[in-house]
Amino acid sequence: MTERKKSFIDRIWDLFASIKLAAVLFLLIALSSIVGTVIEQGGEPEKNMMLLKRLFGDSLAPSAYRFFETLGFMDMYRSWWFVALLALFSANLIICSLDRLPRIWRLVREPLKPLTPLMAGTVPIRKNVHLKGAPEAVREKLVRALKSLGFRAHDSAMEEGGYQLYSQKGRYSRFGVYLTHLSIIVIMLGAVVGIFFGFKGYLPIQEGYASDIAYAGDDTEHKLGFTIRCDDFDVEFYDMSDMPKVYRSRLTVIRDGKEVLKKVVEVNSPLRYGGYTFYQSNYGMVPDAQGYFILKIRGSSGKAVTVNRMLGESFVIPGTEIVGTIKDFSPALAMDNSGKTFTYSDMMNNPAVYIDFSEGGKEKYAGWILRRFPATWRLPDGYMVEFVDYWGVQYTGLQVRKDPGVWLVYLGSGIMTLGLYIAFFMSHRRIWILVRREGTFSEVTVLATASKNRPSFERKIERFIAGLSGGADG
Amino acid sequence: MDSSVLFGIATIGYMLSMVAYITYLVFRKGQIGVVATGITVASFVAQTAAFLMRWVEGYEMGLRSFWRPPISNLYESLIFFVWCLILGYLIIEFKYRNRSFGAFITPVAGLALAFIEMTGMSKEIQPLMPALQSNWLLAHVTMSFIAYAAFGLSFGTALMYLIEKTEKRSEPAYIFWTVSLGALIVLFAAMGLDFIKYHVLATNSEVIKSYLFRATFKSASAAVSLASWIGSVVIIALVWRYGYLLKRIVAAFSITTDLLDELTYKTIAVGFPIFTLGGLIFGAIWADQAWGVYWSWDPKETWSLITWFVYAFYLHARLMRGWKGRKVAVVAVVGFVTVVFTYLGVNLLLSGLHSYGTLG
Repeated sequence: MTERKKSFIDRIWDLFASIKLAAVLFLLIALSSIVGTVIEQGGEPEKNMMLLKRLFGDSLAPSAYRFFETLGFMDMYRSWWFVALLALFSANLIICSLDRLPRIWRLVREPLKPLTPLMAGTVPIRKNVHLKGAPEAVREKLVRALKSLGFRAHDSAMEEGGYQLYSQKGRYSRFGVYLTHLSIIVIMLGAVVGIFFGFKGYLPIQEGYASDIAYAGDDTEHKLGFTIRCDDFDVEFYDMSDMPKVYRSRLTVIRDGKEVLKKVVEVNSPLRYGGYTFYQSNYGMVPDAQGYFILKIRGSSGKAVTVNRMLGESFVIPGTEIVGTIKDFSPALAMDNSGKTFTYSDMMNNPAVYIDFSEGGKEKYAGWILRRFPATWRLPDGYMVEFVDYWGVQYTGLQVRKDPGVWLVYLGSGIMTLGLYIAFFMSHRRIWILVRREGTFSEVTVLATASKNRPSFERKIERFIAGLSGGADG
Repeated sequence: MDSSVLFGIATIGYMLSMVAYITYLVFRKGQIGVVATGITVASFVAQTAAFLMRWVEGYEMGLRSFWRPPISNLYESLIFFVWCLILGYLIIEFKYRNRSFGAFITPVAGLALAFIEMTGMSKEIQPLMPALQSNWLLAHVTMSFIAYAAFGLSFGTALMYLIEKTEKRSEPAYIFWTVSLGALIVLFAAMGLDFIKYHVLATNSEVIKSYLFRATFKSASAAVSLASWIGSVVIIALVWRYGYLLKRIVAAFSITTDLLDELTYKTIAVGFPIFTLGGLIFGAIWADQAWGVYWSWDPKETWSLITWFVYAFYLHARLMRGWKGRKVAVVAVVGFVTVVFTYLGVNLLLSGLHSYGTLG
């Protein structure tokens, strides 16, 4: 009974160790993935229905939709069968590696032996050369030449005063493939840890506000254990265009009432704290929010002062009697052909503030001051009113992530890089040099194998031999 | 002189070298071969100079930082692809001391550059949006294109192998390569027609997407659409019917099929690790840095993974199962078809996060 059971397990083992299963899984994963890239994943049903109508016609589309939906194709990368395919793929990878590893291990661990005549027939690279002098006289030279090739020579005597030098290099390169396989498993493990123990969410914060909760995809609240405050959000544009250059959030981390960290978050430069990472994701204007106009004013003294005012409030230009009153604001001011101004966007693409200036109750001048155009900051009298920011009306949208598995993914990536390098660019090379006496000469036969890129090793050996005979003549 | 003049010189140079290589094949004169190589090297130098100049131009215009080479939109990336292709070819020529392959690669380079000119896609140096300002992305894009070029070379050698090795029109391998080649010709011809007809409007990706195949398959006129379908079937059928004629041309290259098989393997063996590291790993790291998701199964990522699986299949079939010749050559061709789809198909046909490599 144990016999039968074992053979059953053996059969399963053989199945999973087979490259055929790997090929079938490659194919299944690739083909099903293609379907997943055509049908929008987690998309709106109407959109996918439209797509199916185009592919199958109006009458067949509803049944096609039901068919794909039942099979989980609308969210297929999370469907049970796709996950099962990935699991089978991992099992296949592990078992086929384990199956082959002992043999490779033996091959690597076994010390290289001198070549027997029987084995010599199977060695692919074979070169001959005659050198002046008895075998013993050329030994030193051969050892030196081998050393310059990077091989440390082992010695073994043969009959009639002949001998054999042999050596190997890069035997551990045979593990490159298995290292690559291992790396895939490590990456998958990292992904699994991330799925089970990670958190993915969203956190919008208005300028000047703080939050200690983030929101998961289904809007459930998630306690962070600390507080994030948004001190400022700002978009920087390329000169004279609406092409954004930098999205910038100034964030402060507060723990137990104390500020513990300040960081400027940009796309590609997230904030990391307490196991969480905060990414710049989006931004927007808070509807009906009232903020502060931050103005930098240079009066008659030439020294600049900064004031904060709300819409409708006034300020005095220092050293003068001139009073400025904030009348209007536009997040994105533009001018049409007739010189009339209008607002072209809800976002702060070109913020402008309209200020009335008066002296002793008498109106002096009024006009738009644009944040992005310093020429508009200068008043007719030579004073300056710089529009620094309209603060408190924007929010920054942060992507929040906690992924305790991500380091495994990075580790796996590192192992994969190393494994591929070894597997593709390193080679297990073995060399035997047989030396026999032939009159006053020595007959030198070089035999060699390489697990990869044999021609290049062959060329090296040709150069090696050329070097030997060249030295013998001179 | 600005970079576009030098790009023009390189384009003409590759066309000339194509003529020189073919003349060399016909007359078998060593001097002609040297001239062909000389023109190719000179054009390559011109293209390299143009690339560097465009880099400096972008920096001087204040649109890009000094550390951003010009590989950020479709125009620049196609040009970089051609550059990598020629570099790869020159390496092969010097390593294997065989010029015949040049007659096959230089036309690809010349036509690709001419195609870029003809389509009138935007050559403007554009500023980079925030998500694209990343060194990981830079490494990702650069290495992806080096890998694409290596895969492109493997496609060329695998196709030549199949052309030489197939005899009968009923053979599956023959049907496979003629239909694949025919379909690629149809695809590029249809896109070429779109661009010729609508290039004035080709300003951004959404426009391109909506105009894709409008001149042919999706034309408002049912007659044009029907004619396009019939035309493509005819083109594919013609390639199938007369594909064997290509055999004579390939035979004139006098490259042994063993060398073709080896070159296919070699180029894939170079492309695969670079693609894994640059295309998949660096891409994942960039996505992780920019959005906090290292893998999101968006169409571009998924298609890169499919490409990776196809080439992994090639390597396992060859190294583990000892597949050689025809069977693996078919896999290599399939691999490059997925590469083309990953680059062009996903951008133009499928939507996703990666809407950057557009014609904008």
